[in-house]
Amino acid sequence: MDRLLNVTTGVSVLLLIIILFSVRRAHIRVEYSVSWLVAVGAMLVLSRAKPLLDHVRNWMGLPDSPLSLFLLAGALALIMFFRFSIVISHLRDDNVALAQRVAMLEYHLRSIENHEDR
Amino acid sequence: MIRPSPPDRLLVIVPALNEEAAIAGVVREIRASVPGAPVLVIDDCSSDRTILTARAAGADILPMPHHLGVGGCVQAGYKLAYELGFEYVIRVDGDGQHDAADIPRVLERLKSTGCEMVIGSRFVAKNGSRTGPLRSLGINFFRLVLRPILGRSVYDPTSGFVGVNRRALDVFSRSFPLEYPEIEALVVLQRRRFRFEEVPCKFRPRTTGRSSITALKSMYYITHVLLGVFVNMLRYDGRAHRGTGG
Repeated sequence: MDRLLNVTTGVSVLLLIIILFSVRRAHIRVEYSVSWLVAVGAMLVLSRAKPLLDHVRNWMGLPDSPLSLFLLAGALALIMFFRFSIVISHLRDDNVALAQRVAMLEYHLRSIENHEDR
Repeated sequence: MIRPSPPDRLLVIVPALNEEAAIAGVVREIRASVPGAPVLVIDDCSSDRTILTARAAGADILPMPHHLGVGGCVQAGYKLAYELGFEYVIRVDGDGQHDAADIPRVLERLKSTGCEMVIGSRFVAKNGSRTGPLRSLGINFFRLVLRPILGRSVYDPTSGFVGVNRRALDVFSRSFPLEYPEIEALVVLQRRRFRFEEVPCKFRPRTTGRSSITALKSMYYITHVLLGVFVNMLRYDGRAHRGTGG
């Protein structure tokens, strides 16, 4: 069980480093890194603070602590996927509206150019 | 530039993707059928000579900067028509399946009834139009689904031969389904308590290109449209004001 928690700690630290590097290099925007940082931070704290993890296990009514940790991680991942689906949907809508607007502006511009050429 | 010309202030829009072989004939038929009405081909980033061919046939072109799908193209046409002050817009597909000779009938029904949408239908009256067994099954299925939602029967809910008036243009400019829009558009209208009619029209078999809905995509189509219908029924109006489709 301790090895599993140690692996979780290692993965969390690795993820934390990757996220911070990604933010620094502007591969991920700060506002979208917050969800990841919160999730990784929670995993890190829970994998190191055994009494806290036991408390969570009791509250969830599960037989062992690592299972509680991974269930919690799964739930966090689902919430993050949902949040990103909302973000992607908004971006898609905005992208379509923008593409339509560009097409219409190009159309107007071409019409003006054609009018001036005559 | 296209301009609304009295008395009808009608615009015919033709969404097209790689319809090089059919588009010239479609544009010429439309111009012969409704002389004086501008024809706008909305090109969804075709990789062939659709734009050149359509322009040579006498159409105006609205090229999309990237692939938007049929709903995105149709909505772009509606937005432009609304901005330019057109009163009626009739959509005809670019593959030549719709008979442009039916356009005056659709326009006449829009004008005489004052309803917001008129659908050119294969099934109101028997007119020799044929559909495959799978498509017929799908159409019958959606008839059943839409009957309680719309409170009336719709014979041809998947028809892309559609005419709308300015009130519908106003709504569709702000909210229009992006993928497979025909069925969901009916629900969008229903939410506004708008009316629609169907007129018998003849559909021809496709002679060039391929349908965007293949057998493999049929299940995805049904699931997507069903979900879209129910989501549209429940939709919060604020979402629509983002200025895009759904």
